[in-house]
Amino acid sequence: MALINKESVKKRMGTRLAANGVAKFLFILATCFSLLVLGVLIYRILSEGLPYLSLDFITNFASRMPERAGIWAALLGTIWVMAVTAPVSFILGVGTAIYLEEYAKKNAFTKFVQINISNLAGVPSIVFGLLGLTIFVRLLGLGSSVLAGGLTMSLLILPVIVVASQEAIRTVPREIREASFGMGATKWQTIRRIVFPAALPGILTGTILALSRAVGETAPLLVLGALAYVAFVPENIFSQFTVLPIQLYNWTSRPQEEFHMIAASGIIILLIILLIMNSIAVLIRNKFHKRF
Amino acid sequence: MDITINKQMVQKNEKEQDFTPVFKINNLNLWYGQDHALKDIKFDIPEKQVTAIIGPSGCGKSTFIKTLNRMVEMVPIVRMSGEIVYREKNIFTPKYGVEELRTQVGMVFQKPNPFPKSIYENVAYGPRIHGIKNKKVLDEVVEKSLRGAAIWDEVKDRLHENAYGLSGGQQQRLCIARCLAIEPDVILMDEPTSALDPISTLKVEELVQELKKDYSIVIVTHNMQQAARISDRTAFFLNGEVVEYTDTSTLFSNPSDKRTEDYITGRFG
Repeated sequence: MALINKESVKKRMGTRLAANGVAKFLFILATCFSLLVLGVLIYRILSEGLPYLSLDFITNFASRMPERAGIWAALLGTIWVMAVTAPVSFILGVGTAIYLEEYAKKNAFTKFVQINISNLAGVPSIVFGLLGLTIFVRLLGLGSSVLAGGLTMSLLILPVIVVASQEAIRTVPREIREASFGMGATKWQTIRRIVFPAALPGILTGTILALSRAVGETAPLLVLGALAYVAFVPENIFSQFTVLPIQLYNWTSRPQEEFHMIAASGIIILLIILLIMNSIAVLIRNKFHKRF
Repeated sequence: MDITINKQMVQKNEKEQDFTPVFKINNLNLWYGQDHALKDIKFDIPEKQVTAIIGPSGCGKSTFIKTLNRMVEMVPIVRMSGEIVYREKNIFTPKYGVEELRTQVGMVFQKPNPFPKSIYENVAYGPRIHGIKNKKVLDEVVEKSLRGAAIWDEVKDRLHENAYGLSGGQQQRLCIARCLAIEPDVILMDEPTSALDPISTLKVEELVQELKKDYSIVIVTHNMQQAARISDRTAFFLNGEVVEYTDTSTLFSNPSDKRTEDYITGRFG
């Protein structure tokens, strides 16, 4: 007595194969749609921006006249802000991750901290801008400086770095920690010489991706009072500044068509910076992949 | 406290012991949460001999060997009572630092676990964490340890290559070399050949025979033939208790407990 009717199995075969084909088609379609949008975007930006792209465009300050306008101040502003953000967020983020993974007891408090860090990663960036305005700009009296901007950006990407670092630390096998402890190494020696080096590629990948998010952020810095028109480069961390996305936003909101064109040129520069950062992250990930 | 131990020792010595003990285990009990994993363990481990711990899976033999260097405390829910006296000092006294203990009592693990570093750095790790920076001394320690673990000839031309490029058997001997580099007194081996092929197993077994001239060795094995081949004394564990502990030849040829006999003749486990 057969529980499975071979005849009906045969009959349904056609429908099943058809559904299989349809599913594949739908997924290809979804991929193509996003590729198409990306393609249109890149085409538009390149066709508008390339004609204005030149060395002068990079080395000139912003100007009322489109043909003289450049992104030098914004480019250096971005670099200055990142120079503050990168070390601050790296040290605080990795430190937090190491504490949570290696030292913290697995109790209710740790769980609470953990959940809140994950939640913070989802808080809109403008909220971090308000936080930065209250604490760094007003309370600590830093003003709309590179330092205030960099610190605010650090807070913004901190949760991302913490979570990425925790994941990287967690992938270090228990066996090699045991090997280290088994030889009389202290916890700190084990972390410094074994866990941290082994987790570093993953930590760096996460950090670079988080930084590239910060490079593209506008809202928190606008709230802080970063300037839209700047005709000087920051001299130190207390200087006022602008960054690339703010400069771009400023240009696109002007009525003259030419400014839209140079905004496209600026976008090309921004995209190149982001692509380079992401490529570095991918390179690090591939180079150190599958070591355990 | 010490006096009572000595009295017990004397009584025991009268019965059967004719060796210098390196570890004296006294009424050791261990719980994982509610699970009573080791029950009133009480025996002495001799100096410069190979002591094998055998028994079926889950009998507590791995747990036991990990109490000897207190690695078992890495499991958060562990509770222990009783004492383990290593060279006249109870290792559970609060003053006794685990780091100090583990410098004397090295461990080789079940799965080869080299660090993701070069062969040289793997062996130099132990001396480095103990503060040795002199390159010449490190070079010497590395060579001596690798020779001691009978792997020098295989790796001497590739010391600076990653240890992950070695075969499983070579990795395990590298781990033994790494352990030798801290010049321990005792070497604990937790099923060191269970992940290895027969040829690599043979090499490790020969190595153990070599090493016992200079080190006291405790080896956990699920392989009774291995215990019979390489050990001087054998302890048979069952359900967290030591059923029988005596000379390996006696235990395998003339076991005094029915359960030992059943186990070694393959009736269970």
